[in-house]
Amino acid sequence: MSHHTSKVVAILPNDISTDIIYPGRFMATVLPTETPQYCFADMVELNKRLKNKEIPQGSVIVAGTNFGCGSSREQAVSTIKGYEIVIVAKGFARIFLQNSVNLGLKTVICPAIEASEGDELEVLPDKVVNHTKGKSFPVEPLPKARQAIVDAGGLIAYTKKRLLEKYPNR
Amino acid sequence: MAMTLVEKILAKATGQSSVKAGDVLEPLVDLAMSHENAALVINQFTEIYKDTGISLKVWDPSKIAIILDHRVPAESSKTATNQQKIRDFVGKQGIAKFHDIRGDEGGICHQVLPENGYVIPGSVIVGTDSHTTSHGALGTFAFGIGATEMASVWTLGTVLNVEVPGTIKVYVNGKFPSGVYPKDLILYLIGKLTAEGANFKVLEFHGETINNMSTSGRLTLSNMSVEAGATSGIVPADEETLRYLLEEAFVGYKGELLKPDIDAKYDQVIEIDVSKLNPQIACPHTVDNVKPISEIINVKVNQIVIGSCTNGRLDDLEVAAKILKGKKVAKDVRMLVFPASWRIYREALKRGYIAELMDAGAVIMNSNCGCCLGVHQGALADGDISLSTTNRNFKGRQGNPNSEVYLCSAAVAAASAITGIITDPRGVN
Repeated sequence: MSHHTSKVVAILPNDISTDIIYPGRFMATVLPTETPQYCFADMVELNKRLKNKEIPQGSVIVAGTNFGCGSSREQAVSTIKGYEIVIVAKGFARIFLQNSVNLGLKTVICPAIEASEGDELEVLPDKVVNHTKGKSFPVEPLPKARQAIVDAGGLIAYTKKRLLEKYPNR
Repeated sequence: MAMTLVEKILAKATGQSSVKAGDVLEPLVDLAMSHENAALVINQFTEIYKDTGISLKVWDPSKIAIILDHRVPAESSKTATNQQKIRDFVGKQGIAKFHDIRGDEGGICHQVLPENGYVIPGSVIVGTDSHTTSHGALGTFAFGIGATEMASVWTLGTVLNVEVPGTIKVYVNGKFPSGVYPKDLILYLIGKLTAEGANFKVLEFHGETINNMSTSGRLTLSNMSVEAGATSGIVPADEETLRYLLEEAFVGYKGELLKPDIDAKYDQVIEIDVSKLNPQIACPHTVDNVKPISEIINVKVNQIVIGSCTNGRLDDLEVAAKILKGKKVAKDVRMLVFPASWRIYREALKRGYIAELMDAGAVIMNSNCGCCLGVHQGALADGDISLSTTNRNFKGRQGNPNSEVYLCSAAVAAASAITGIITDPRGVN
């Protein structure tokens, strides 16, 4: 088994909404340092495992289609980002995917993914290898427009660069 | 080259003669809206300027709107402190389109924007709220973005790396039967498309039903387009849009009304005849779990909510007041009414709708979003069933993961308030 493999810590169904990822009642909490405590708050077991640091950084959550549907609340991304969890999903909702790109949450679009909790996955640029099942699944590349933001290190860095270009004689 | 409406708007916003779906652009923004999450936008905005030696200044304060609406009046010291931070920022940056917690000009952002004339046909509007799609009702390309993306817009005045979305054309014909409303149409469409059927695409609405529909109804359609995953839901601006701007927003508009080209290329065309449409219900826990009301048998409700950016407008309150006039909300039902803005609240007072709703037993709340997303006012008990004219019924949406939310029109909500079970308004006199 490759040393790059990560364990699947949860399997989630289609249409996981931002209300599941980060319930609205916690929205007054905005600081990325404070939002992780409410990650999947109503999925009590998963929330407890995350908060107790039972889940190592780089672990994978595998989800169905339309992951992150609903609100534009960025906390839904920063809360997961706080644990450096990788989301491998069959598909993502638009705003969630964009927020992930902007904040640097690793989101992998893998429409055919098959995995069970506990499986060892290796996430490569073009495919996800499920070593436990002995199968691999192709990854859809991020659209070019989004890859440029990832390459710049997120939207803050990307915008900062553009701001400095705008005021060359500061 | 023939263009869809969104392609035309984006061509205009980038100064190009034509653009096509899939192009990556950097459109100029005409209006950038946020609400309480402006507190987070301010953090990210400050982060962008950090160590640049450039003084903190938004690109154009006249194009920024901030409306406090999600948790008003503040439900906690944390929220109050965030709101104070926003007020300080607004003052320092000279942002005039700021609507604080006030009975003369406040309300829910997606109502406050159009009724104050901030939504101009053909423009590009971004908002840190997924229901920013609402403003497509006046022929704009309006879409939701996150707080960091908004901080970037505040800095540069453009949205970076926007991919021109493909468009699904929705033709709607026929006359709504009595008791059936635009809310039933959009629920039906979401059920048909599924919650991701329009992901990364725009819904463009056409047909005689749309032509005859008021801006209020169009706002309901555009508002909920995002529930099918759509980037935006757009209605080409027309005579009705001009009427709305003049009579309800008190601004004249003499600019061009952009129309999509007849031979524009669409990803999909959907046709709907509303003359046979029944009242529709979105059942727990997804917005696309839509059924005609005839299939919803004996569902007892504990709380009924009329309001929000989806159905808290004057026509919704009128429909509810007409159904509830001289009747009573069932003893074991709590009915909450949230007018979409204070302007609507006041007009509903003048017309007597508020008194009729109160006489029936409804509680009139201040205009805000709190209940819809479960942050305050109207949280549900374990096992509660809520019937709501709002736009989402995800698990936990109204503050409790052990409750259920059904979505419907204001007419269904009002009829059900009387009986205490989900009820077809066509059977209620």
